[in-house]
Amino acid sequence: MDHKAPSPTPPEGEKTYYLDDPDNVKKIIRVFIGLCVVVVGIDLFVHRHLSFAERIFAAEGWFGFYAFYGFVSCVVLVVVAKELRKVLMRREDYYD
Amino acid sequence: MTELHPALFLIGGGLLLAFVPLGLRRVLLLALPVAGFVAVYNLEPGASLSINLAGLQLQLLRVDKLSLLFGYLFHAAALVAGIYALHLDDRVQHMTGFLYAGSAVGAVFAGDVLTLFIFWELLAVTSVFQIYARQTPRAIGAGTRYLFVHVISGLLLLAGAAWQYHHSGSLAFAHMELDSPAAFLLFFGFGIKCAFPLFHTWLVDAYPEATPTGTVFLSSFTTKTAIYALARGFAGTEELIWIGAAMAIFPIFYAVIENDLRRVLGYSMINQVGFMVVGVGLGEGMGVNGAVAHAFNDVFFKGLLFMAMGAVLFRTGRMNGSDLGGLYKSMPLTCAFSIVGASSISAFPLFSGFVSKSMVMVEAANQEYLIVWLILLFASAGVFHHAGIKIPFFTFFAHDSGIRCREAPLNMLIAMGVSAVACVFIGIFPSYLYGLLPYAVDYVPYTVDHVVTQLQVLFFSALAFVFLQLTRIYPPELPSVNLDSDWVPRRLLPVTGRYMAAWTVPLLAMLQRLVSSLRGGTAYALHALHGPQGLWNRTWTTTSSVFLSLLFLTGYLLFYY
Repeated sequence: MDHKAPSPTPPEGEKTYYLDDPDNVKKIIRVFIGLCVVVVGIDLFVHRHLSFAERIFAAEGWFGFYAFYGFVSCVVLVVVAKELRKVLMRREDYYD
Repeated sequence: MTELHPALFLIGGGLLLAFVPLGLRRVLLLALPVAGFVAVYNLEPGASLSINLAGLQLQLLRVDKLSLLFGYLFHAAALVAGIYALHLDDRVQHMTGFLYAGSAVGAVFAGDVLTLFIFWELLAVTSVFQIYARQTPRAIGAGTRYLFVHVISGLLLLAGAAWQYHHSGSLAFAHMELDSPAAFLLFFGFGIKCAFPLFHTWLVDAYPEATPTGTVFLSSFTTKTAIYALARGFAGTEELIWIGAAMAIFPIFYAVIENDLRRVLGYSMINQVGFMVVGVGLGEGMGVNGAVAHAFNDVFFKGLLFMAMGAVLFRTGRMNGSDLGGLYKSMPLTCAFSIVGASSISAFPLFSGFVSKSMVMVEAANQEYLIVWLILLFASAGVFHHAGIKIPFFTFFAHDSGIRCREAPLNMLIAMGVSAVACVFIGIFPSYLYGLLPYAVDYVPYTVDHVVTQLQVLFFSALAFVFLQLTRIYPPELPSVNLDSDWVPRRLLPVTGRYMAAWTVPLLAMLQRLVSSLRGGTAYALHALHGPQGLWNRTWTTTSSVFLSLLFLTGYLLFYY
C-alpha cells in the first residue's frame, strides 16, 4: 500500500479552492435551500397519483408529505443512532 | 449438441492465472470475462447440460432468463473487478478472485441442489482469500469467521439437498413452499449468505478487512448469488417481505455511527439487499423483477463506491471517517466517481437505483403492505443520508484532513469509469435492463409523480443533513467499535467460557480431593487387612495359634456342656 504520499498539513502556498472560502459554502447552502422550496412547491401545481387507496393511507396525498417524511426520517435516524452509541460504542480495540 | 458451460472460462482460466507470468495474467484478466460473457450470450434459453454421477442425475447447466441475467451480470462484474486489480502483482488474489467469480456463475446456472451446493461451498472457499490477502491479524480473524459462517451455510444446503432427495427422489432446484424440513434448511442456507438479520455480521465483519481490490470482488458475487437462489426457490414467500424490511431498516442506524467507511458501505449493502429480499417476497412478476433489477444495479453502484473507497485506502492507508476529509483536492476523479455511485444508490432520477428500487416499492404498495412501504421509504431517505452523503462528504469534503496524495492509479480510474457509465446508462435507458428481466415489464419509472416525490424525499433528507451539521447535532466520526449480534460469538461465548473455566477448575480440584480421600480410605482399609502385615496375611506365631485353638476348644466345651 502507498503510505508515503500523505503529509499531515497542507503544503504552504497551495492554491485555494472554491470550497475553502466559507462564504462560498454559505452561498451553496442558500441555493440548495432555494431548490428545496422549489421542489416542495411543485406539490401545489401537480396533482399526484397516490400509491395507496385513500381508505388505507390518505396522508400520502397531503401537501409536502414526501418532503416532510424525508426530513423527519433523517432527523429521527440520526438522533436515534446517536443515542444508540451510548449502548453500542466500545473502544476501537475492543475485540483485539 | 453439447453445450459449453460458461463457468469454464472463469474457473479454468482462473486456475491458469496461477501459472502464467504477470504480463499474460493481465491479458487474461481482461480476456476471460469477455470470453465468458460471449459464451453466456451464445446460450439458448432452455439449453441444458446434465451428467450422471454415481446414479445421481446432476444438471450442471440450466438456461432461462433468470440464470442468463445473472450470467451476464457476473461476467461484467468480473471484468470491472479484473480491471480494478490489474495493478496488483499477486497471483493468489488474481486466481482466487476469478475462481470466486466463476463459482458464482456455476451456482446461478446449477439446475439441481447438489450442484448448487458444490458451487456454494466453492464460493466460500475461494472468496476468503480476498480477506486473508490483507495479512493483518484482524483480516485473518475476520476471514476465518467468514469462512466458518459460509461453510455452515453450505452444510445447511447439503442437508437440505439430502432431505429433499430422500423424500421426493429428486434433486431438482425449483420453486418451493416453506413447509418441509428440506425447504427450511435450504431457506436458512440461502438466508445466511443473504445476510438475514442476526446472521449478517460476517458481511460487516469481513468486507472492510479485505484488501482494497478484494472488497470489490466480494461485494459483487456472494449476496447476489443468494438473491438469485431465493428468487429461484422462494419467490412469493411472505416471510421474506418482513425479513427484508428488517434488513432495510436496522443497518442504517449502524451506518450513521460507524467510522470505517467501508464498513458503512457494508451496512448499506445489507440495507440494499433488504430491498431485494422484500422484492422476492412480493413474488413473481414485478416483485422478483424489481429484486433482480436492483441486484443488477447494486453490483455497479455499490462496486463503484467500494472502488472509490478502495482507491482512497490504497493511496492514503486510511479508511476511518475521522482521519479523512478534503480529498477532493488530491483525488478529484475518484471523488466525482464516488458521487455518481452515491447518486445511484440514493436513487436520484437519471441514475440506476431510481429505475429498480422503485419497482419493489410500487409492488409493495400494489399489494397494500403499508407498513413495509413506510419502512422502505424511511430506508430510502436513510440510504441517501448515510451512503449518498456521508461517504463522499467525510472522505472528500468535511474538514480538510491535510492529507495530500496522488490520484488513484489509471486502471482503478478506468474500472470506476466503466461502472459509472453503467450507472448512468441504465438510469437513462432502463429499457435495456428491463428487457433482461425474467418477467415482462409493465412499469414506467419516469413519471412526474415518481420524479417529483423522489426529489422531495432526497432534497429534504439532504436538508436534514445540513440542518444537523449546522446545529452540531450530527454525531462526530469517532474511532470506535459498535456492538452487533456477533458480540455473542465473539465476546459473550468466549467470556462465558472463561468464566465457567474459572469456576470449574477449583470445583474440579475439590471433587478430585474428595475422590482421592475416599480412595485413600478404601486403600487404607484394604492395606490393613490384606497388606504384607495385614490381619489376614500375617504369619502367626505357634504360641498364638495354640492359644487361639485352645480358646475355640474351650468355647466349644462350654457351649455343649
